[in-house]
Amino acid sequence: MAGNKMAGKPNKSSQGETVIRIEAMHKWFGNFHALKNIDLTVKSGEKIVICGPSGSGKSTLIRCINRLEEHQKGVINVHGTDLTSDLKDIETIRSEVGMVFQSFNLFPHLTILENCVLAPIWVRKMPRKEAEEIAMQYLERVRIPEQALKYPGQLSGGQQQRVAIARALCMRPRIMLFDEPTSALDPEMIKEVLETMISLAEDGMTMIVVTHEMGFARKVANRVIFMDAGEIVEENDPETFFNKPKSKRTKLFLSQILND
Amino acid sequence: MTASTDSTKQSNASEVMLPPRGETGIVLWLRKNLFATPADTVLTLVCIYILYLFVPGLVQWGIIDAVWSASGRVDCWEQMEEPNSAACWAFVSTRLQLLTYGFYPEEYIWRVNLSFVLFLIALVPILWDNTPRRPLALLYSALFPFIATWLVFGGLGLDPVETKKIGGIALTLLIGVTGIAFSLPIGIMLALGRTSKLPVLKMLSVIFIEFIRGVPLIALLFIASTMLNYFLPPGTTFDLLVRVLIMVTFFASAYMAEVIRGGLAGIPKGQIEAAQASGLTYWKTTYLIVMPQVLKISIPGIVNTFIGLFKDTTLVLIIGMFDVLGMGRSSLADPNWNGLAREVYIFVAIFFFICCYGMSYYSAYLERKLDTENKFQKK
Repeated sequence: MAGNKMAGKPNKSSQGETVIRIEAMHKWFGNFHALKNIDLTVKSGEKIVICGPSGSGKSTLIRCINRLEEHQKGVINVHGTDLTSDLKDIETIRSEVGMVFQSFNLFPHLTILENCVLAPIWVRKMPRKEAEEIAMQYLERVRIPEQALKYPGQLSGGQQQRVAIARALCMRPRIMLFDEPTSALDPEMIKEVLETMISLAEDGMTMIVVTHEMGFARKVANRVIFMDAGEIVEENDPETFFNKPKSKRTKLFLSQILND
Repeated sequence: MTASTDSTKQSNASEVMLPPRGETGIVLWLRKNLFATPADTVLTLVCIYILYLFVPGLVQWGIIDAVWSASGRVDCWEQMEEPNSAACWAFVSTRLQLLTYGFYPEEYIWRVNLSFVLFLIALVPILWDNTPRRPLALLYSALFPFIATWLVFGGLGLDPVETKKIGGIALTLLIGVTGIAFSLPIGIMLALGRTSKLPVLKMLSVIFIEFIRGVPLIALLFIASTMLNYFLPPGTTFDLLVRVLIMVTFFASAYMAEVIRGGLAGIPKGQIEAAQASGLTYWKTTYLIVMPQVLKISIPGIVNTFIGLFKDTTLVLIIGMFDVLGMGRSSLADPNWNGLAREVYIFVAIFFFICCYGMSYYSAYLERKLDTENKFQKK
């Protein structure tokens, strides 16, 4: 992989090991061919930004990685485990892949702390006390430990999204998926969420981010992937991607999005 | 936060300020709610006048002039200034045992009373989540139905009592509480079945719900009392009370399932996805994420079904069981007391009202307690 913007950072020893391997993958919604012949390999520690017009299949692609969507053809392999209909495998993969959603999806009937300790306790069988300590560490990392006992409805959108990131981190995932994490936020809150994500990237987390935040892509991504109509159209390091896009469709998309 | 004095108010603008005087308190409440506009004032006065017309007469009839003990109707009326000019509660009080326990043997009534006390204790951990040692207390609540069955109907060392002996309030509570306790879990399972992706499970749930809901409860009770034996293997006898309990529970479950299904539809898909994405299984997601939210938004519908079920228990009258209403009605046949229907029906109405209003009041408390959306809630 060329064009690593994080060149100053020491490479983690595990970097380079393949963590996600997608080969010739297809996905249909009824008769609609949503994903066409997707090939993608993600190595440990890589940060990948996926962009593209709405309806291009970028969210569907990352939702296939933790099987929130089922693919019909091809191979998706996460950490050496093939995604099939085997429920045990799916649960194993899900517990190792954290996900952050556009609409936060915090559990409104639980406090912030309870949101964070739920999965560690019920999936990892972690003692409550230990889970709470870890949760407080991550809440401190996203800089809202003082909100731990409030309910999600009492927090701002940006705070909620940072809690959602902390909640996903509490499972100590090896991969983080972000599905348009800033699209539902007011402009002044986008920044606080992006900063959290940048600091996560600096720590060497493997990340796949669906976003239209091109500044984030330039700064953090090792690779930018452009999707359109269910296909991966172009895949390159951010430098080349933004300055010398090869495909016409990429050029058109970039001209639209960067003009804003 | 204590109220800031005038001198600090100026110097510290960020300090919490209380609303100005006259914006809180009873005077404001009166002004805002009863006398806000001329039309409101007129309405308020009309209502006060209507209350003035009816309440004093009612109090006079029901409490002040009422006769509380007498040996019969004639005796009762002789105690009044004019015959039949006031309530004769003596009728209700002499029949109280019948109205409360039915024909339950007098020497064993303590067993019913004890069951009732144990029932109230069993309610505590269910209704209040800050009950000390709640898991243990809930275990007791789960065991209570068995304890109560044993106490009320005997066996294992206690003298058995036939199920047809029980009646009155005891029977009403028995049917009502059993129906309420079992219809919620069965209703939840049916609703989950109906929204399931498994076609067989889905079909069975739909058939059950639609069949039970499409038949009047009275018809189901007739089926319970006459036809159910035809469907059972020959030789098995099934107590009528048990059959009625099953039918009442099924009937309420079908309605409950639809209430819960409405709640399920109100849970955003993202909630389930977020739970699944963190590795929670279907059952854990249902138990930890979906059901707490579904039950919360369904509280009004659930309590509505409970109240409906509780009042529907009076229908057992039709198959020859004597609940509190049935007992009241049959008491009226006594020639010594006839003509006192009002007193009996008022008594029955007050009993049902207290029970149903209690449920309603608790549900309002629960809704307030579970409201996590309010940013300014007191915690």
